[in-house]
Amino acid sequence: MARLRLATVWLGGCSGCHMSFLDLDEFLMDLADRVDVVYSPVVDAKEYPEGVDLVLVEGAVANEDNLAMIRRVRERTRILVSFGDCAVTGNVTALRNPIGGSDGVLRRSFVEQTDRDPQIPFAPGVLPVLLDRVTPVHSVVSVDLYLPGCPPPAPRIRAVLEQLLDGRPARLAGREIKFG
Amino acid sequence: MSVHTLRIDEKDVSARAGQTILEAASENGISIPTLCHLEGLSNVGACRLCLVEVAVVGGGTRLAAACVTAAAEEMVIQTDTDRLREYRKMIVELLFAERNHVCSVCVANNHCELQEMAVSQGVDHVRYDYLEPRCDVDLSHPRFGLDHNRCILCTRCVRACDEVEGAHTWDVSGRGTLSRVVTDLNAPWGASETCTSCGKCVMACPTGALFHQSSTVSEMIHERTRLSFLVDAREKKQWHA
Ligand code: SF4
Ligand code: SF4
Ligand code: SF4
Ligand code: FES
Repeated sequence: MARLRLATVWLGGCSGCHMSFLDLDEFLMDLADRVDVVYSPVVDAKEYPEGVDLVLVEGAVANEDNLAMIRRVRERTRILVSFGDCAVTGNVTALRNPIGGSDGVLRRSFVEQTDRDPQIPFAPGVLPVLLDRVTPVHSVVSVDLYLPGCPPPAPRIRAVLEQLLDGRPARLAGREIKFG
Repeated sequence: MSVHTLRIDEKDVSARAGQTILEAASENGISIPTLCHLEGLSNVGACRLCLVEVAVVGGGTRLAAACVTAAAEEMVIQTDTDRLREYRKMIVELLFAERNHVCSVCVANNHCELQEMAVSQGVDHVRYDYLEPRCDVDLSHPRFGLDHNRCILCTRCVRACDEVEGAHTWDVSGRGTLSRVVTDLNAPWGASETCTSCGKCVMACPTGALFHQSSTVSEMIHERTRLSFLVDAREKKQWHA
């Protein structure tokens, strides 16, 4: 069987889901035998490639870079997994939404909360522009599987990967869908 | 005492006069999901999780909330159909969409009836847009806190305070998405003249909306069975363990 082309993507999240992925410990060895990691924060690939079989997407869609990235990822990937609560619900990344649009959020963080040199950072091309609302991945592109948890525990990640590697339609049983 | 005979999920059961469908089902080992219902308190039918299908004469079924519908002679009831499963899932998703629930940083994480309900109803994501209302947190009471972000308007606090403590500090103000539980006439909880600080509302709350001050993530464990213990002790003189 051809080796599966696996990618992992880091949008608006804290990287905790990727840490949990690394907690797969010795299963990472089995995984290395069966997949090619073609794009990930842990490998050196600049561009998200074409023809990806499976991607784990960590994080919510919070800025314009995230938005462009998730659209590219969807176009170029067969199975897209919403990986962790930020991707699935918005979670901590979306805590800012009730404050209002990006202006209000930036003012709150960089003007109201400081007493020295209040200023809103603006560096086009360097700092991605915040979206007015942080959204879960599935409100922007279609998602094939939800893998909740903050972060999803390693055995839960493993269960999904094992099913998908065996070419089975993946499904999380019973308690494995718990948020938080 | 008159007794009704009815069918729940293809099983013949009997119910005493005045019993609800929920009571008849649970006495017969049939479990129906509930959120606003709490043993020891009256029922108000606020959450609709306990919806069941009741056959109507001439074919078809009607939906009824099991906690507030009396069991009647010859009723034929289904508690677990595809239609009900889909509605229950929608209800849970709408509860998540209506306020701001962030389980990972919530005082009730891992001890929350809403979070558990999502698991049992197969909710692995929310299909609706989150409303993301701006909600207040009232920390004016010296011992307890109220976080409207987590409130599902089940009114258990209102009923516990009124029916078990007899203080009736709580009520609900506003309409629709602007509904909020309030203490006294919407005074800060800490300024309430009726609150006796008994903590019964906190015990009753299914979510992280009511909590003990200084609880942090996952630390708030509500003692929800304490209320039925008190009520049974008072009314039936039963002191169950
Ligand atoms: S109240 Fe329950 S469902 Fe809401 S955030 Fe807290 S743990 Fe999650
Ligand atoms: S602490 Fe007791 S008296 Fe005060 S609001 Fe809660 S139930 Fe009512
Ligand atoms: S504060 Fe808690 S008990 Fe009261 S209505 Fe809200 S969720 Fe229910
Ligand atoms: S438990 Fe019956 S409506 Fe809430």
